Amino acid sequence: MSGRVLVGVKRVIDYAVKIRVKPDNSGVVTDGVKHSMNPFCEIAVEEAVKLKEKKLIKEVVAVSCGPQQAQETIRTALAMGADRGIHVQVTGKDYETLGPLQVSKILAALAKKEDAQLIILGKQAIDDDCNQTGQMTAALLDWPQGTFASEVSMEGDKLKVVREIDGGLEMIKINTPAVVSADLRLNTPRYATLPNIMKAKKKKIANVNPADLGVDLTSRVEILRVDEPPQRQAGVKVETVDDLVGKLKDTGRI
Amino acid sequence: KDYMFKTLGLCLHSCRSLSALAELPEMHQILRQTCRDYADKELAPIAAKLDKEHSYPAKQIQELGAMGVMAMEVPEEFGGAGMDYLAYSVAMEEISRGCASTGVIVSVNNSLYIGPILKFGTEEQKKQWITPFTTGEKVGCFALSEPGNGSDAGAASTVASQDGDEWVLNGTKAWITNCWDASATVVFATTDKKLKHKGISAFLVPMPHPGLSLGKKEDKLGIRASSTANIILEDCRIPLGNMLGPRGAGFKIAMQTLDSGRIGIASQALGIAQASLDCAADYAQKRNAFGAPHCQTFKLADMAVAIESARLLTWKASLLRDSKKPFTKEAAMAKLAASEAATYCAHQAIQILGGMGFVTDMPAERHYRDARITEIYEGTSEIQRLVIAGQLLKEYQQ
Repeated sequence: MSGRVLVGVKRVIDYAVKIRVKPDNSGVVTDGVKHSMNPFCEIAVEEAVKLKEKKLIKEVVAVSCGPQQAQETIRTALAMGADRGIHVQVTGKDYETLGPLQVSKILAALAKKEDAQLIILGKQAIDDDCNQTGQMTAALLDWPQGTFASEVSMEGDKLKVVREIDGGLEMIKINTPAVVSADLRLNTPRYATLPNIMKAKKKKIANVNPADLGVDLTSRVEILRVDEPPQRQAGVKVETVDDLVGKLKDTGRI
Repeated sequence: KDYMFKTLGLCLHSCRSLSALAELPEMHQILRQTCRDYADKELAPIAAKLDKEHSYPAKQIQELGAMGVMAMEVPEEFGGAGMDYLAYSVAMEEISRGCASTGVIVSVNNSLYIGPILKFGTEEQKKQWITPFTTGEKVGCFALSEPGNGSDAGAASTVASQDGDEWVLNGTKAWITNCWDASATVVFATTDKKLKHKGISAFLVPMPHPGLSLGKKEDKLGIRASSTANIILEDCRIPLGNMLGPRGAGFKIAMQTLDSGRIGIASQALGIAQASLDCAADYAQKRNAFGAPHCQTFKLADMAVAIESARLLTWKASLLRDSKKPFTKEAAMAKLAASEAATYCAHQAIQILGGMGFVTDMPAERHYRDARITEIYEGTSEIQRLVIAGQLLKEYQQ
């Protein structure tokens, strides 16, 4: 076992930013807007670093797909304790249409190239909310998957994963190599320590081309239109419960 | 090969120095974001409570210690983060933006307590007096001012007399930040009264210690989560080895320490000023959905200019210090500009918020109270003007 973990980190619009739709409805405004690491990716990095601190794995490799700015996200992962980074360069139109299918193909190719034992991803990105990349990557590699993980522990070469599901919690045991997707309660990501921020400066980030991995970036999804959610309307006050039921029937709600 | 890399590093550093004023280097940006995240999530939500209850943020200081923020300039071998002063300034501003009290606790530990020991201490003193103070578990303080003299530091009346293999300290120090929470202090006392300011020496005193007692905690207008009180020394005995630096070098040590401390306080003031601007701009945008009246937007512009100017002065002072160039004038300018920016911005923020600025529901009133001290401690604005004028006139005389 190589003891190597790949962690995918995505650069997304910061969660606190007020999103605005472009005037031509082709997407959201990203120019000049604050970006940061996807919160679920932070949790994934934290879990990988914790496994390394417990000496259960040997190396954490942070991977991000995107233009030059993706390197900032990788550096943050390095500052949190990842050992090195891989920047898969995707720019322009390819970046605009980059989605889970292409990313999972890239991750699968990298996993084979790097002889990874484990891939940890965030369960979803807060911009597209797809919740697909982890599952697709596992399928492409024909690896087991432990998604929506709220607890991960290693037992020899098997992985015990507690999953958050609609009915409650499900515990599964899967073989490695495997793909895990991190849910909110898996851990609380650490603040990077200053010495680690300094050390991150010296850690290597390799540049990789999707073509070199044999990945076709063509998207099979076309975004037709992006609209803002409807404006919240003022409510209506009614006098009695009967009035309420009447109003709900009138507007076809019940 | 080593020398070549060092020289290359210095060249790159100088090039970087100028562009750093325009945009922080990448690692400093990551540092700033990390500190900002910490301040937003862990400090800002509790700042009002800390202020109201005058309570020392022990947990947060420990967390900051674990991050390396309590000993930013200290080399890693002594337990610090090994970063430069630009990094310290950036971190200080972000921390203070969340909570000004936490900011001053961090600043005093870094610049005023650890600073002089790092610069003037022996290797043994560094191990004993710095390493335990890097984790946030212990903090230190700096005892220079006395009831009889603040600005006139040379007129120290605290006395240190030698008795065998001990120094015996007698006197009272006033306005000492952190003292109720500190585990050690740097104390300035005169060993030769006749030599006036050249007779002052610096000493390291553990706390608590026989012969050292604390006055009552001052009930302050602002930065209330940090303790401020008198330190009373009555036949306080310490080993001879506790003298810091050479005998008679105390005044020089104090002045050099304050030069650096001024960068820390300037950064704290920037944080307070920025928090005031954030509060005012946010309020103005939400309150005036159909276009803010001109007088309000002009106020915001003036506040932004004041902050950015002071910030550039502060960064310049930091860069000069990091390049080991003289920075006394620039540090004084930074402290003067930043502290006056803080009081100006806090004042205007209340004005913009109107009635809401006057009540504790909004942080503007706390920023107003926190800002005020920045024009007073670590050298009043009057002292800063004296220092700047002195340095300036020296330049003209050349």
